[in-house]
Amino acid sequence: MLQYLRTSSPAVLAALGQHVVLALLPVLIGLAVALPVGYLAHRFRWLYPPLLTISSVLYAVPSLALFVVLPVILGTQTLDPLNIVVALSVYTVALLVRTVVDGLASVPPAVTAAATAVGFRPLGLLLRVELPIAVPVILAGLRVATVSNVSLVSVGALLGVGGLGALFTDGLQRDYLAPIITGIVLSVLLALVLDSVIVGVQRVLTPWSRVGER
Amino acid sequence: MSVLTDVAAFLAAGSNWQPENPDGITARLLEHLQYTGIALAIATAIAIPVGLFIGHTGRFAFIAINAGNAGRALPTLGLLSLVVILVGIGLVPVIVALVVLAIPPLLTSTYAGLQSVDRATVDAARGQGMRERQVLLRTEVPIALPILMSGIRNATLQVVATATVAAYVALGGFGRFLIDGLAVRDYAQVVAGAVLVAALAIVLDLLLAGVQRLVVSPGVSGRALTRTTPRKVSP
Repeated sequence: MLQYLRTSSPAVLAALGQHVVLALLPVLIGLAVALPVGYLAHRFRWLYPPLLTISSVLYAVPSLALFVVLPVILGTQTLDPLNIVVALSVYTVALLVRTVVDGLASVPPAVTAAATAVGFRPLGLLLRVELPIAVPVILAGLRVATVSNVSLVSVGALLGVGGLGALFTDGLQRDYLAPIITGIVLSVLLALVLDSVIVGVQRVLTPWSRVGER
Repeated sequence: MSVLTDVAAFLAAGSNWQPENPDGITARLLEHLQYTGIALAIATAIAIPVGLFIGHTGRFAFIAINAGNAGRALPTLGLLSLVVILVGIGLVPVIVALVVLAIPPLLTSTYAGLQSVDRATVDAARGQGMRERQVLLRTEVPIALPILMSGIRNATLQVVATATVAAYVALGGFGRFLIDGLAVRDYAQVVAGAVLVAALAIVLDLLLAGVQRLVVSPGVSGRALTRTTPRKVSP
């Protein structure tokens, strides 16, 4: 185990770096797409049921299948990391649209009424009243999406692009436990680190939730 | 577009549906259902009693809360590879990986379901003279059922979609179409496999939605309310 780490640490670090990028980029893209879509679904309720159906169907498509099929649709190379990014962005959007709608729905109607009464216009109402109140719910969804992305990236290794997942296929081919254990440990650690970063962001964004703590 | 017609041809070919064809859709469907069924049965048998205990007593709550995140972070592919090396190729590694995948959503939803039950209702049940077991099984569980069922549906969805990795370690299931199709660059077969998995996931989810409608009391789901006095019930 130690010997493996000593000889292969540059390769492991490169895999970790690729893993971070492949897991995080889709989270950012997914959030950027899910916020407006979720807002529209919140404003126009009739959009919500079809959106919910589409997102659960998308979520049922196996990640491996999406990784393989996307090059055919996008015209990219099979080994292009873009496939992984797009596929995971699709999952992230599917997961987050629901939480964005739930988050906006968690704003008490009295609050929006009061904000409207003191003169907030729709955009200001959304950005300065509704979204801040929805932050805990949206970030809870973002935590789930981030952590599952970290786990899903490794599936890409079956296609040759998978960050830490490459350690799993490598270990299985050589019947060697060290890379597999390294990959699992790093993957779980990465998920925990990213998760606590989001928790930290939430604390900064919602100072009012800490008022009673002191 | 030609891929789409190939996919349709693959799915429509009669020989692919014959039960005798070991590489056919029917055989792969049964394998896929077998992995999914065994894994979900084991995961349910572990996670739901533990979740009920934690939710009812409130002890060890941190396990239920953290299991969700830590479990999701475990890469299924890594776990699968690990168990394959430890015990060899076979059904065991696939089932272990899928059980580990299914436990977190089941455990957290069982716990969250019991947490959602109004404390006053539990007190009232106890005040009426119910024993602890009755409080749990006849008051808390029926009220928690919608959330519990959503956890079961969520776990089923994930297990069905992920059971495709079984093909990576030389087993069957719909994953075979993905792995074999990828190996020979037969994208029609890959897409057909993806369509089959997604369709199976949707059918199972609809079935479970039906079960949910049957087992959840109308008083809990809000259907009893809408029947007498139509009013908006939040989804």
